[in-house]
Amino acid sequence: MQLVWLVPLLPLLGFVLNGTIALTRPQAKTAVSLIGPGVLLAAFGVAIAVVKDLAAAHSGTPAVFTYWDWIPVGALHISAALQVDPLSAVMILIVTGVGSLIHLFSVGYMRSDEGYARYFAYLNLFVFFMLVLVLGASFPVMFVGWEGVGLCSYLLIGFWFDVTANADAGKKAFIMNRIGDFGFLAAMFLIFQATGSLDFTSVFSAAPSTFAPGSGTVTAITLFLFLGCAGKSAQIPLYTWLPDAMAGPTPVSALIHAATMVTAGVYLVARTNLLFALSPVSSAVVAGVGALTALFAATIALKQWDIKKVLAYSTVSQLGYMFVGVGTGAYAAGVFHLATHAFFKALLFLGSGSVIHAMHGAYHHTHAHDDAQDMRNMGGLRKYLPWTWALMWIATLAIAGIPPFAGFFSKDEILGAAFARGGAQPIWYVFWAFGLIAALLTAFYMTRMMLYTFHGPNRTGEKEREHLHEAPWVMTGPLVVLGILSLAGGVLNLPALIGGNSWLEHWLEPVTAGSASLLPAAEVSQSTEWALLAVAVAIALTGIIGAIQLLKPAALVPARQAPAEHGLGKVLANKWYVDELYDAVVVKPLGWLSRVVLWRGVDQGLIDGAGVNGSAAVSRALGWVGSKLQTGEVGFYVVLFVLGVALVLRAAIR
Amino acid sequence: MLLGPSLAVAAVLFVIGVLGVLIRRNAIIIFMCVELMLNAVNLTFIAFAQSLGVGGQIFVFFVMAVAAAEAAVGLAIVLAIYRHKETVDLRNINILKG
Repeated sequence: MQLVWLVPLLPLLGFVLNGTIALTRPQAKTAVSLIGPGVLLAAFGVAIAVVKDLAAAHSGTPAVFTYWDWIPVGALHISAALQVDPLSAVMILIVTGVGSLIHLFSVGYMRSDEGYARYFAYLNLFVFFMLVLVLGASFPVMFVGWEGVGLCSYLLIGFWFDVTANADAGKKAFIMNRIGDFGFLAAMFLIFQATGSLDFTSVFSAAPSTFAPGSGTVTAITLFLFLGCAGKSAQIPLYTWLPDAMAGPTPVSALIHAATMVTAGVYLVARTNLLFALSPVSSAVVAGVGALTALFAATIALKQWDIKKVLAYSTVSQLGYMFVGVGTGAYAAGVFHLATHAFFKALLFLGSGSVIHAMHGAYHHTHAHDDAQDMRNMGGLRKYLPWTWALMWIATLAIAGIPPFAGFFSKDEILGAAFARGGAQPIWYVFWAFGLIAALLTAFYMTRMMLYTFHGPNRTGEKEREHLHEAPWVMTGPLVVLGILSLAGGVLNLPALIGGNSWLEHWLEPVTAGSASLLPAAEVSQSTEWALLAVAVAIALTGIIGAIQLLKPAALVPARQAPAEHGLGKVLANKWYVDELYDAVVVKPLGWLSRVVLWRGVDQGLIDGAGVNGSAAVSRALGWVGSKLQTGEVGFYVVLFVLGVALVLRAAIR
Repeated sequence: MLLGPSLAVAAVLFVIGVLGVLIRRNAIIIFMCVELMLNAVNLTFIAFAQSLGVGGQIFVFFVMAVAAAEAAVGLAIVLAIYRHKETVDLRNINILKG
């Protein structure tokens, strides 16, 4: 366990090496292909060793490793310290494990890109910051990682920055995350004010005696923290950056915008579960926002044509599920869904990457300029990409919640917990219902995506068709591994109901013990649990079968001939016009305020006009008055001179 | 002895000098008026020297010496101005205007 510092340091080393190559010899692709995924695999190995040690230690308290004094100011002492406990153990395994697979995939996907070395440098740097985020032993250390992943996300969304839209998407993500970061910072200040410390261990040990349950302070702290989560994890109202973030390379979408970074908010709530358990209001807000986001994003996903946009809204929706889980107090269920989602959503994104790779290659061969990501240009790809087709179906069944795939268990556990909570607080029945409808929509839109992409007739074009082919093994290999994980990931936390032992829940018990004593998990009878299970499966099947029955892939036409949408379909295709709403309510007034009031009024009028030019005008006016005394006539000077002498004499004599 | 009348004469001479400088426009005459003021001061020094000692008389010699030097420089300046502007009327000499 002593070697835990190696886990983040290896990707940092990779960043330094790849960054050097990117600056000096950008064509050295072989070295980059070895270093980039290599450091990740090594870090994964070290992480496994660390977690093994942790499991063997059987310690109820987290192992904290302090390296140096980072910020010693007055009463504030922050050390650069890492913390290994069951929660961070789960996270480092996901980050380095799924990260390694995505790095491997990137070797094939980005091979022909000119910025290959720069890409891997950024990707390594991201993993470093993500590991700092999950391993940090205090809020500020975590915040360093939190900001760092935001930076890398910005760099990678705008990776192809020569297209303005991509650079704009990067900026949008960065700015919306700043709003959330303000919440994180405000929460840190409040925590320090209340407890006098920012280390996780001391804050959590002081929390039960410092904060009265439901008190205003702890509610404010947790709501500010949740604002940070909403920014990072793309929840209402700060979710709009995530779909735009799809401008980055597809493996980036898989790693950062599906599997790891966007789950940081869920991790933060799970990490501070004690504080959230002390504030019922905040917990309800978390669950409510999560449920609303899950449903809202799912409706938008119904009408997207860009294959990555479907997955992006699906990610937003699934993150909503996780927040329902952690908001309900089922922290283990939330983290469980985080893990399974990392598997199947990474698989879906990498699969879509493989599809886009094939489509792009085909269009590149024939010099066509059609959209390689638009599902209306796909269709029937099953014949050309059999591996991708099969693996993506596994992921689709997993996300739809079909047993025994991974997503079924995690989603069902969250919905079950929400339903059980409804017995005490009926509002949770509403959250549960939202989640259930979202599950129906999820099954529907995922099936729609699969049907339009892989089934029916091919719409790519006569000449392009013969250039469609399966990706190389370095890309399909990681897909297979993720496929296995999506298929079997459920064993992590099989519920007792079907003979499992809830392994993950027991593993996380040291982390959630404090909140569990404050807020005992609500139980429902076994028959109710069976009924809930049956309902969930029925809902998922309804979604899938409904999609197969209702949608006609054969009737689709390529994107350039597609008719315009009408009615509700148009509203959904335009994402409920939320971006336009934000533009009208926030961006336009802010632009007006900056342009008219701040620029023309304050800057040009007050500072330039009254301040700089004004003082110049005043001294000029004074100088003008003075210059009028200088007539140039000596006689006049002499008169003044004599008058002056007379005045002096008068004063002297008196 | 005769202090009061001497001072009175000196005062009259001085005021004549001042008024001359203020009123007249011819540079030479102004120059003469300046000399008049200097000599009024000299007369004062002499008058006081009778009762206060020889210091006043010595000062008069200083003033005369400096006045001679000043007359040389001043007349040279007036001459130079005349060559430049062909007049010594001060109303025409106002290039100092700011």
